[in-house]
Amino acid sequence: MIDVINLKKSFGSVEVLKGINMTINKGDIVAIIGPSGSGKSTFLRCLNCMEDPTSGQIIFNGVDIADMKVDINIHRRKMGMVFQHFNLFNNKTVLENIMLAPVYTRCQELKKAKRHNRLAAFGKKEQIPVTTTKEQIKKEAREQAMNLLKRIGLEDKANVYPSTLSGGQKQRIAIVRALAMNPDVILFDEPTSALDPEMVGEVLELMKQLAEEGMTMVVVTHEMGFAREVASRVVFIDEGVIKEEAEPKEFFAHPKDVRLKEFLSKVL
Amino acid sequence: MGNFDQKVNKFIEIFWEQNGYNKVLQGLQNTLMIAIAGLIIGIIIGTIIATVRVLPKYKTLPKVLNAICSFYVALFRGTPMVVQLLVFYYVLLPIIGLKITGVQVAMMVFGLNSGAYISEIMRSGIQSVDPGQMEAGRAVGLSFGTSMVKIVIPQAVKNILPTLGNEFISLIKETSVVSFVGAADLYVAFNYIGSNSYEFMVPYLVMALIYIVLVLIISLLIKLMERSLKKSDRRN
Repeated sequence: MIDVINLKKSFGSVEVLKGINMTINKGDIVAIIGPSGSGKSTFLRCLNCMEDPTSGQIIFNGVDIADMKVDINIHRRKMGMVFQHFNLFNNKTVLENIMLAPVYTRCQELKKAKRHNRLAAFGKKEQIPVTTTKEQIKKEAREQAMNLLKRIGLEDKANVYPSTLSGGQKQRIAIVRALAMNPDVILFDEPTSALDPEMVGEVLELMKQLAEEGMTMVVVTHEMGFAREVASRVVFIDEGVIKEEAEPKEFFAHPKDVRLKEFLSKVL
Repeated sequence: MGNFDQKVNKFIEIFWEQNGYNKVLQGLQNTLMIAIAGLIIGIIIGTIIATVRVLPKYKTLPKVLNAICSFYVALFRGTPMVVQLLVFYYVLLPIIGLKITGVQVAMMVFGLNSGAYISEIMRSGIQSVDPGQMEAGRAVGLSFGTSMVKIVIPQAVKNILPTLGNEFISLIKETSVVSFVGAADLYVAFNYIGSNSYEFMVPYLVMALIYIVLVLIISLLIKLMERSLKKSDRRN
């Protein structure tokens, strides 16, 4: 689904990623670990071009999205992202947070179709069938959002603002906000690092559920337990390159790379 | 104080009997219209400039736009409002052959001028919003512009509302120079009353009072608005 080919990224004169190759298939749960400053977060942020790669290719569903000519917004809709600091929209209620992007993008498509049809009427070209209305879109998105909230047990928080929620609640809402776009893959950037210890569990639990449902996930994490139990593959990034990549059992039981052995001895 | 009583009587006489109040109302209307139009135009221009200035700058177009905006801001912040009014009214508009009234010119110039100031206010407002908000917007597939309009600017406006209020207040006060281009504002009205009675003490005193009352009312309105916008901050 995602093919990363020789990805490089520099900030000024500092080369953070020095050529990374990776293939992520449908249903994969890739855990990325590594010491701080190793480039793991930068790698994740390059995957949806939040940081523009300096060179290399990222083939997502057959399109090289690292190419600046590609309309990245269309592809990002199929790539959810969950941030360390949640980044819920502070000026929107919980429900609006979840509904905003689905409603907006579908309304945009509707507008485009209608415009096309108006022009096509003159040129006797083919009409795009318009089967929905703005109200219909909103209604469906609201239902979907409420279902997602019900799933995480926060339907009573639908109309409050994010400032009133705990970290764990915010992060779970951020995850369902990503889910609302029906993405092909979700990228997690240290989703539990900014949480109080007692709230880490509820977020990991939700992520585990998603994994069981077959969602493709790329997770930068410090939670070795999560990497060991849930991941289908663990990747160790250090000094801007992939030093080791293996199935979790093999990865934790028989690490080969010197730096990885050192790292694991510190964190386990 | 007999002298002062006489002056007050004279003022009241002209104010009521010689149509003075009409002039004052007209002046008040013009003053408010110029300030409000200036603020609205200014907010629109300011928001556009501020957005251009926070655009990522590794392409040519944003760089060019940015240079134009810098020039614009330097131009309008670097010259006094009176000079801008005079240049527009007596130089630019005659050159392009456009005939509009002093009030319309004043609205335009006030808008252009406050646009330059508001752009800086707005820029600091936009930069005060957590960059993560923009990232989250981009991450769900919204464009830079949409994320800006739907997520960042509403939060920025909330942060800068007090400063924006100050800008409006200073606009109201600065309207007192529009008589340079023949717009009849409050100053013109009270000047009329003064010159008809050869007595300026009371008219100018009343004029000052009206300005103060105007500003106090606006401060109150801003406070109310701030409170209603704070609703996303309050814990409930």
